[in-house]
Amino acid sequence: MNDLIVLYLYAAAALFFALGLKLMSEVRTARYGNWSAIVGMVISIFATLAAFEIHRVDLLVLAVIVGTIVGTPIALKVPMTAVPQRTAMSHAFGSLAVALIGAAEYYHDAPNVDPFTMAVLSGEMILGFLTFTGSSVAFLKLQALIPGRPFVYPGRVVISLVNLGLAIAFAVYLVLNPSRSFALPALAALSLLFGFLLVMAIGGADMPTVIAILNSFAGMSAAGLGFVLDNKILIVAGSLDGSSGLVLAIIMSRAMNRSFINILFGAVGGAKEVDERGATEHRTVQGYSVDDAATVLSNARKVVFAPGYGMATSQSQHVLKELADVLQARGIDVKYAIHPVAGRMPGHMNVLLAEANVPYDQLYEMERINPLFPETDVAVVVGANDVTNPAARTKPGSPLYGMPILDVDKAKTVIFIKRSLGAGFSGVENELFYNENTMMVFGDAKQVLTELIAALKTK
Amino acid sequence: MELVSQIYNDLPVNLLIFVLSTFLGIELIRHVSRLLHTPLMSLTNAISSVSFIAALIVMAETTNTNLLTLATIGVALAFTNIVSGFMLTERILRMFRGRPNKEERKAQQ
Repeated sequence: MNDLIVLYLYAAAALFFALGLKLMSEVRTARYGNWSAIVGMVISIFATLAAFEIHRVDLLVLAVIVGTIVGTPIALKVPMTAVPQRTAMSHAFGSLAVALIGAAEYYHDAPNVDPFTMAVLSGEMILGFLTFTGSSVAFLKLQALIPGRPFVYPGRVVISLVNLGLAIAFAVYLVLNPSRSFALPALAALSLLFGFLLVMAIGGADMPTVIAILNSFAGMSAAGLGFVLDNKILIVAGSLDGSSGLVLAIIMSRAMNRSFINILFGAVGGAKEVDERGATEHRTVQGYSVDDAATVLSNARKVVFAPGYGMATSQSQHVLKELADVLQARGIDVKYAIHPVAGRMPGHMNVLLAEANVPYDQLYEMERINPLFPETDVAVVVGANDVTNPAARTKPGSPLYGMPILDVDKAKTVIFIKRSLGAGFSGVENELFYNENTMMVFGDAKQVLTELIAALKTK
Repeated sequence: MELVSQIYNDLPVNLLIFVLSTFLGIELIRHVSRLLHTPLMSLTNAISSVSFIAALIVMAETTNTNLLTLATIGVALAFTNIVSGFMLTERILRMFRGRPNKEERKAQQ
């Protein structure tokens, strides 16, 4: 096919990709967005097939069949609680694909690789390989196959930086001597190691940001490959993905009031932080029964649920929806307060609640729900902790200070469902436990909610 | 060298495409409702798996078995992401519902 026609088709595909993201901006049109992107993908693939003659169609068909067999069950079977893992896995797949294709392109062109191409190829491979191992570790942590807490050791940051520096040194060497192909495996190995060490040292609750950053890296490496192959649609799609990951990462890190550097190298969480300057005052927490909580709920007019990752681990989103139904049947207004970093990936809580058939107009973002807490009768915290800690507003010394939180403490009563008095992910005790208007109800979230429903039916 | 001049000729246009797409991406994503960040990630992941066609190009330009193997693995990985990315996005989006209409509410009671 004429090269020019291929370019026109790529332009059309780019339009469909961009339109897809535009339609994705609201729920009403989001599904059209997905279909628009599918059309863009189909156009890109057919234009490429028409422009390049594939000699080994058998291999192509085999690979496509394998991709379909692996991809279909992942998409159809993965539970909504496990979507973060599957996202990490897809970043691993995508970045490995890009890194391997980059390597193949290098070996094909070597030694006739000009410095610019070699520089882009090296950068693309470094990003691709480190995203592969980084995302694989994120997958293992999210799937709880390895502990989620940060893996810390002395000199961690220095070792990481030396490691990355060496990878870049090999890249520079390749740019200057593109014929020395032995440097490529070295570059690959160092990048793989860097990605592994980087994410091993990051705690589970920082995963929303990490996944978004890895998303951005995967997209940027794809765009890099587009430069090397002079393929325009690859540049467009890669940079759309890269900027998407970047925007999400910025939103996530702002929601935690932390910088990228702090998230990537801060190793927050798990490592027991010393409690704030020897808190001498012994404070007591009043535990309440499910029946007490049911009484308070039955007298409320406005109730807000604040779910967190604990709701996902105890699989209690469906029971929570049932409780909401019971309350609504009594004429009580129910809303859900969604903190941007609740869960293990951007938007995770929304998907879990949508799965439980919660209408999306009951889901309120932090900025919209916070002004409503003072007029809320009861705020119910299920599986969330740090994102409700008032210390973020009031205690300048606290590691959480400055982080935007859900102002549940401003509700008339807070029902806090929790297994034990343990500190949250940040290692900081939740001030909320000791507030006069807080009712601690201890127990497994799913069980407590089930008992609450039963108790409410008797009132 | 012919190869070198070709790549440098295309560079300005490619840079322009890169810069504009990045800005476009940032503006588009900024306006995506937070409700939809999870399906958005699975969608952009599928879109960036257009690296599938990069693997096709490498497959087309070589007969070397090792390189064909690398490209074939690339095709399989990228196609896995295309299939699972678009299908999962569709599956998640189907779960998002508005308030039940009157008839549905009656049926529930």
